[in-house]
Amino acid sequence: MPALPETTIPADAVLFETLLRVGDSALILGHRVSEWCGHAPTLEEDIALANVALDLIGQATLWLGLAAEIEGAGRDADALAFRRDAGGFRNLLLAEQPNRDFAVTVMRQFLFDAWHAEMLAGLAVSTDPRVAEIAAKAQKEVAYHLERSETLVIGLGDGTPESHARMQAALTRLWPFTGEPFRGDATDAAAAEAGIAPDPAALEPGWSARVEAVLAEATLTLPDTARFRSGGRSGVHGEALGLLLAEMQFLQRAYPDARW
Amino acid sequence: MYAQMVTSEGGKARDEMTPEERAFQDRIDRGERIEPKDWMPEGYRKTLIRQIGQHAHSEVVGQLPEGNWITRAPTLERKQILLAKVQDEAGHGLYLYSAAETLGVSRDELTGMLLAGKMKYSSIFNYPTLTWADIGAVGWLVDGAAIMNQVPLQRTSYGPYARAMVRICKEESFHQRQGYSIMMTMARGTPDQKAMAQDALNRFWYPSLMMFGPSDKDSVHSAQSMAWKIKINTNDELRQKFVDQTVPQARFLGLEIPDPGLAWNEEKGGHDFSQPDWSEFYEVLKGNGPCNAERMEARIEAWEDGAWVREGLMAHAEKRAAAHAAE
Ligand SMILES: [Fe+2]
Ligand SMILES: [Fe+2]
Ligand SMILES: [Fe+2]
Repeated sequence: MPALPETTIPADAVLFETLLRVGDSALILGHRVSEWCGHAPTLEEDIALANVALDLIGQATLWLGLAAEIEGAGRDADALAFRRDAGGFRNLLLAEQPNRDFAVTVMRQFLFDAWHAEMLAGLAVSTDPRVAEIAAKAQKEVAYHLERSETLVIGLGDGTPESHARMQAALTRLWPFTGEPFRGDATDAAAAEAGIAPDPAALEPGWSARVEAVLAEATLTLPDTARFRSGGRSGVHGEALGLLLAEMQFLQRAYPDARW
Repeated sequence: MYAQMVTSEGGKARDEMTPEERAFQDRIDRGERIEPKDWMPEGYRKTLIRQIGQHAHSEVVGQLPEGNWITRAPTLERKQILLAKVQDEAGHGLYLYSAAETLGVSRDELTGMLLAGKMKYSSIFNYPTLTWADIGAVGWLVDGAAIMNQVPLQRTSYGPYARAMVRICKEESFHQRQGYSIMMTMARGTPDQKAMAQDALNRFWYPSLMMFGPSDKDSVHSAQSMAWKIKINTNDELRQKFVDQTVPQARFLGLEIPDPGLAWNEEKGGHDFSQPDWSEFYEVLKGNGPCNAERMEARIEAWEDGAWVREGLMAHAEKRAAAHAAE
């Protein structure tokens, strides 16, 4: 394929896309976590999982609300959440991975939180004050998410032989998805250039240091598989996202004229 | 109610009571609170464990019918409100298990009895939530009925139970309001939405009336519980209050209560209404309701699948403690 000509992406399009990326990841992971409601291993976990889901869906509401405003096409956060098809979603593949067991849920949360905390720290110093404001609010919530998921990864990794084996299997399963957050495209480069968002690659050293330290304490072994899976930025997702959206969007799709 | 048909133990006439029992009853009659360290008759303790345990189980199982719609909630705001509501119910379960623990029974023991089918939870949670309007109906009617029962229980004789009720009641009115708000939006929405709202009321009306339990005006168990002030009103009193409160709310929504026998009775200052089908109620209690099997399966699965998590965290805590002791 011949090289495409360099084009500049309009500033609003860069901001819109950046907001979708962070907002969709929060929404989709929040949805996944909310699937646990009433089925967690303890009542305390039911409450904690609901908390995390609430925070993430709350953050998604703010990010997508701002995205809709920037877009200026008469959509709102709900329209973006409930009326886009899978190809329009920009979440990280890590966020959409199914819950499976509690080990996968906890490991997914930790790997995500460690990135999310770095990402929000960068967004909190965005040149766009609206972005910085949402990020600052989310940062406080995510600091707690990370503290909690770290504690669980360590406790379950260094728990019983069964909990250790499950956590190791979860880590191995999810590891291929952990490179995507740090591999930016032209939109990310433009956003970093404009000071809207951090350069994705710049977040990796902080993430790696944290993840390696926690996994070591958890007595878990870093997989040596490639962290190669990606597609979220261009809307190429796994099969599971389509099913998630079929469920999440059911009422808005089945009753398009209704207000709720 | 959340605690239905709790059998009480140890009903005695005053002249059959030991001096201790008489002094205990006098404290209750004076409106004093009984605290965990106080002497109490064994029957009082056992009856309370049954009642509070059943109430706690109801909060926990009660997460399931509403949890069924969290992933399908129609807007981001509705999703957050419902999540927060169901999260509250888990918290209510925690408060109540803690209150029961002060009587010498652990949460794990009570959970074991629930999962073995030796303890019950409210019949209402064995009904399915089939449409989004059902989430409105549950908040409006089910939480509404729960409030009817729980507000007087804030004055119950057992201190930890009364205090748990105070905390719970603060959150319940938000639950009912969010349910009514869903009903309002549906009832004033498209023809499809209005039909869903009416259908939800049709299906939840009689099961909601059943929540108060069958008439207990002649029940010795209820008489004993009332003497101990762990039950404040009769089932019929609460049911009447609930109907009288709900009829105008339904009218305001423009929905019809599915009872041709419903009529205002000037003389009694309340509504006449039809009784639910009590044979259905007993079938549901026996485990034959529309969702009994699914609800129990879900709880058993959560408990069994969660075993390795609880064990893992426990083992880690023990390792930590041992390492600490060795330092
Ligand atoms: Fe409750
Ligand atoms: Fe409740
Ligand atoms: Fe409630």
